[in-house]
Amino acid sequence: MSDSQPAPGGTSRGAPDTGGAIAGIAAAAQSASATAPARPLGAWALLVSELNVLFRRRRTWALLLALAAVPVLIAVAVRLSSREPSPGRGPPFLDQVTQNGLFVAVTGLIVSIPLFLPLTVGVVVGDTIAGEAGLGTLRYLLVAPAGRVWLLVVKYLGAAAFCLAATVTVVTAGVLAGLALFPVGPLTLLSGDTIGLAESFGRALLIAGYVTVSLLGLSAIGLFFSTLTVVPVGAMAATIVLSVVTQVLDSLPQLEWLHPWLFSHYWLDFADLLRQPVDFSSFGANALLQAGYLLLFGALAYGRFLTKDILS
Amino acid sequence: MTPAARAGDLAIETRALTKRFGRQLAVDAVDLAVPTGSVFGFLGPNGSGKTTSIRVMLGLAAATSGEVSVLGEPMPGRLARVLPQVGALVEGPAFYPFLSGAANLARLDTADRAAPWRTRKARVDRALERVGLSNAARKKVSAYSLGMKQRLGIANALLMPRRLLVLDEPTNGLDPQGTREVRALVRSLSGEGTTVFVSSHLLAEVEHMCTHAAIMSAGRLVAQGTLDELRAGESRVRVRTPDAAAAVRVLVAAGLPAAPEPVPEDLGDRAGDPWVSAPLELPRSGRVAPAEQGNWSAGGQLGGGALPEELVAALVAAGVRVRGFEVQNTSLEDRFVALTGEGFDVVR
Repeated sequence: MSDSQPAPGGTSRGAPDTGGAIAGIAAAAQSASATAPARPLGAWALLVSELNVLFRRRRTWALLLALAAVPVLIAVAVRLSSREPSPGRGPPFLDQVTQNGLFVAVTGLIVSIPLFLPLTVGVVVGDTIAGEAGLGTLRYLLVAPAGRVWLLVVKYLGAAAFCLAATVTVVTAGVLAGLALFPVGPLTLLSGDTIGLAESFGRALLIAGYVTVSLLGLSAIGLFFSTLTVVPVGAMAATIVLSVVTQVLDSLPQLEWLHPWLFSHYWLDFADLLRQPVDFSSFGANALLQAGYLLLFGALAYGRFLTKDILS
Repeated sequence: MTPAARAGDLAIETRALTKRFGRQLAVDAVDLAVPTGSVFGFLGPNGSGKTTSIRVMLGLAAATSGEVSVLGEPMPGRLARVLPQVGALVEGPAFYPFLSGAANLARLDTADRAAPWRTRKARVDRALERVGLSNAARKKVSAYSLGMKQRLGIANALLMPRRLLVLDEPTNGLDPQGTREVRALVRSLSGEGTTVFVSSHLLAEVEHMCTHAAIMSAGRLVAQGTLDELRAGESRVRVRTPDAAAAVRVLVAAGLPAAPEPVPEDLGDRAGDPWVSAPLELPRSGRVAPAEQGNWSAGGQLGGGALPEELVAALVAAGVRVRGFEVQNTSLEDRFVALTGEGFDVVR
């Protein structure tokens, strides 16, 4: 058998040339391992890479585009309709859209919160660990070694970044659609005060922040689900179904004692941000609740993932 | 480098390593000793516990009982210190299909916090070059063939300089040219002092690449040592003759415990002349070159001090009608089959 002969660099098609390059790498090895684990900034590379992979992925763009379509569709529908939207019908603030285009963004968020936002967040967060496990890349990240705790943190931060991107996308698309199709002027707040255009944008972004925070609890739950399976679709579906079930429970008056504990309870309570001065009490209550969910399900995900045998 | 980098110590050591999945014992009290600097073949049929052992060594799965140390440090306790010095290909390559080959390597490299970002691009390019993938670097992995993915998987193990490489079935899906390149690569890495641990179910591969081997069967370690040790003591000399009794006398006189071979019943009349055979000891000095396996013909010193040609001369001189004579060298395959059972059936 001829292939038992050593083939030092002589074979064609990229056969490794052995000598010098390896010596070079070996020399680098000496210097690298001398300084080896003491590279505190090295850990952040994974977070940068995670955001890169997430936001360069075509699926992420498709999700964000679908979200952007919601306020645009609302704006176009209202613009094309001959009837003025009457107060009290349709989503809140819909009747104000024709007076001030900025309300397209608010209406878009309200329409997206019950289903579209949890759906897209569920897809991303359900994919975090289970997606890597399904591809098999999880074992390579862990033998790199990424560190299990750090990988969980990075995955959660990536999901949180998507939550922010999702809400900002809805708000931005809404503002742009409003600017394009309706008159935009000083905004009359729920408290009766009027604010200028610049501050109106600020309020819109504040609402986006509120909704982002609202989604952090759900993200933690999805991260936990994602550590339970190697089938990402399973974790996605479980997360989305749970968000729907929670909202159904929140609408049943018989379960009123339970409502303050449901992660979706404050999802639509951002009206306080449209008052002058801004009332941050609902923001605080919401943030506290979401932090509770993050702690609980973060701990569960940690407990599960740290001891899990990676067999995929 | 740890001070433990002495000659003669072990790159991987397991003591009574056991892994149980529910009621199934996947790895059963395995004591593995992989010498530093060796190219170590980890052999076993499908489902014999090779990959599970590797997962435990790399801290992907926890041992049910027993201890593992890698590069002189306990695992998984010192995982963060050990793994940056270990390159691994575990149970086939796995990549993000929507990223290019180069982007995949860069992504996995970021997970290693000891990997300097300044040199990342250069190291990725270098690793791709070493496995012959430079031209496909910008192609998405979804467009890669199985063999290309396998090459990329090996490139991933080479992103950083390593003291230990763990390659699980590295030539899976590769064409003969690729298989050859992997062998050359393993040889060159070994030449630079990297310990290479290769699991395989292909004996020829291990015989070609490795200095040491261990054989797994049904979760148990049934043999380990240098290749020569594994093959040793199992050679036979066989004589085909109608004068079986005389042949036995001659061989016994020459110091070989000869005996007539039983005639296979199903052959009946077609069996022809009976065979007489006797075990021989392989020449212990030096390794038998792989190319000579199976048609061993050099006049090495045999067990009783007799050379094969002397045995033939003695037989002929004693009037034995020699109609066939052969020296059968034990290949690793014979050993493997003897130790793991012959059938195609997965044992468990």
